[in-house]
Amino acid sequence: MSRSNGNDSYSIGDSPRGVEKNLDIGFRWLTLILAISIGLILLSIAIIVAIGAWPAIKEFNFTFFNNSNWNPVEDEYGVIAVVYGTLVSSLIALIIAIPLGVGAAVFLSEDFLPEEIRTILVFLVELLAAIPSVVYGLWGIFVLIPLTKSLGTWLNGNFGWFPLFSTPPTGPGMLPAGIILAIMILPIIIAISRDSLASLPPDLRQASLGLGATRWETIFRVLIPAAISGIVGGVMLALGRAMGETMAATMIIGNSNNLNISILAPANTIASLIANQFAEASGLQVSALMYAGLVLMILTLIVNVGAEYIVNQVKARYE
Amino acid sequence: MTASTIGSLKRNPSSKRAVFGSIMTGISALCLICTVIPLFAVLYFVIIQGFSRLNTNLFTQLPPPPGLSEGGIANALIGTLVVVGIATIIAVPIGVLAAVYLSEFSGNNKLALSIRFATNVLSGVPSIIAGVFAFGLLVSSGIVGFSSVAGGVALAVLMLPTIIRTTDEALKIVPQEVRWAALGVGAYNYQTVIKIVLPAALPGIVTGVTLAIARAAGETAPLIFTALFSNFWPNVSFQGLLEPIATLSVLVYNFAILPFKPQQELAWAGSLILVFLVLGTSIIARLVTRKKVY
Repeated sequence: MSRSNGNDSYSIGDSPRGVEKNLDIGFRWLTLILAISIGLILLSIAIIVAIGAWPAIKEFNFTFFNNSNWNPVEDEYGVIAVVYGTLVSSLIALIIAIPLGVGAAVFLSEDFLPEEIRTILVFLVELLAAIPSVVYGLWGIFVLIPLTKSLGTWLNGNFGWFPLFSTPPTGPGMLPAGIILAIMILPIIIAISRDSLASLPPDLRQASLGLGATRWETIFRVLIPAAISGIVGGVMLALGRAMGETMAATMIIGNSNNLNISILAPANTIASLIANQFAEASGLQVSALMYAGLVLMILTLIVNVGAEYIVNQVKARYE
Repeated sequence: MTASTIGSLKRNPSSKRAVFGSIMTGISALCLICTVIPLFAVLYFVIIQGFSRLNTNLFTQLPPPPGLSEGGIANALIGTLVVVGIATIIAVPIGVLAAVYLSEFSGNNKLALSIRFATNVLSGVPSIIAGVFAFGLLVSSGIVGFSSVAGGVALAVLMLPTIIRTTDEALKIVPQEVRWAALGVGAYNYQTVIKIVLPAALPGIVTGVTLAIARAAGETAPLIFTALFSNFWPNVSFQGLLEPIATLSVLVYNFAILPFKPQQELAWAGSLILVFLVLGTSIIARLVTRKKVY
């Protein structure tokens, strides 16, 4: 569907017309160049991070990935501990957020409540996404950490034999970080799951109800299976967000670069490692941090592009 | 037909299926409630803790030295305006005109599809990576050093996807007939776009830009190693743009982790301002988009 009129060849040809025609061509070129610059920005982000990381890539190569030491004093760097922290804190976030998010999405996409109340609730969920992450971090330090400390003490007391709960909670750690990440990714999961449920053809619902299924039988056996790829796409986008989320995690994960399996112990993520050390880093440390940034970027790119692909597949099927 | 089968056509609230349905409804409602609780919990604490510190000093004075009370966060407020202003000046023209290409001139060709894809990928780039990008592009290369400009570039990268997407959507809503009418009376494409289509889409575009600005004002991660921080008044000159500058979000971060009560109070007050900035714009944006030109 082209909106250009494309046929300017019959212009009368006196000079103001000529100027306008050049302006027209110029304007189109300008928009085209700026549009292409979006792609170039994306590309230059990758290139600049890679160039910055290059000295560290040369120095450490793949030992970067099986070394858990992050020691600026001896210029020895490895990311296994922070990669573990990134993945596990995101995983905790997903475990909490998926059931809550999908449940809430179902509640908001079906007509359990009058339209007006649903609109308000959807808006409240959107506001949840709008609160700056540094505010979540502040709230996490003073409200969430004391709360999870008692939960952590209980987990350690009763399930201390289990490696994930093997240390007594110190306050900051993977568990509160995972919870705050869950809060921050819930709006994405809800929004996308709700969209994919709402975009299902009404025939599906009617057919199922017509056969005598109850509303919840329809939801479980027809609607969720039909919308599952959209929901999975939303969950993956949320995972990408959780892995890249910086401030809230930095403020409450404890920033310990030691590898500790327990989720009650302080840990670190790639993003918080960068946030913590970048401003004061120098020499090879900057490069190592950029290498870590490159790893984070590749991880989130894979997850986001996969999510994008899945969500588009769903759109294509029902549009 | 017996009476019992006729009876079974009515909803029987004690049947297994009906009970299962009610339980599930309750569970899903509970999921939603659990989701919204943190919103109110955060708002409650930010208001309770931040409100007591809200006075005129907050908006007119510098932060006190560590451990001392009184003072304000005026330099961070100015700094946020400066950095976000720079980001807006960079991101709005690029974003709006790129969206004009996508919606008006591309005809949804392959290039437009890949640019939309790039926009989505860009919106998934972690904010801290935008900071690393600005650092690598401007600071470590020695072009500007730690400065409000570097911070502004990092924020601009984060604002772009939002601006492109909302402008793209806003332009799509403008009816095709409006364009045909303009072109039909002999207007060039650029005239149609600048004088007819963009004004018609303006409410939607302004909404998107405002939301992007509000989000950018709350961004912290890319600023802590591009704009850094400063305990002093920003330098009011062109040179000042090339120096480190305080911002509200970084102030909240820096002061939240200090062990001093006055600083923590300032962090809560800063959070209160940030939260009301973002929530206020979200609510206003919501009300504005209800009005339509066509």
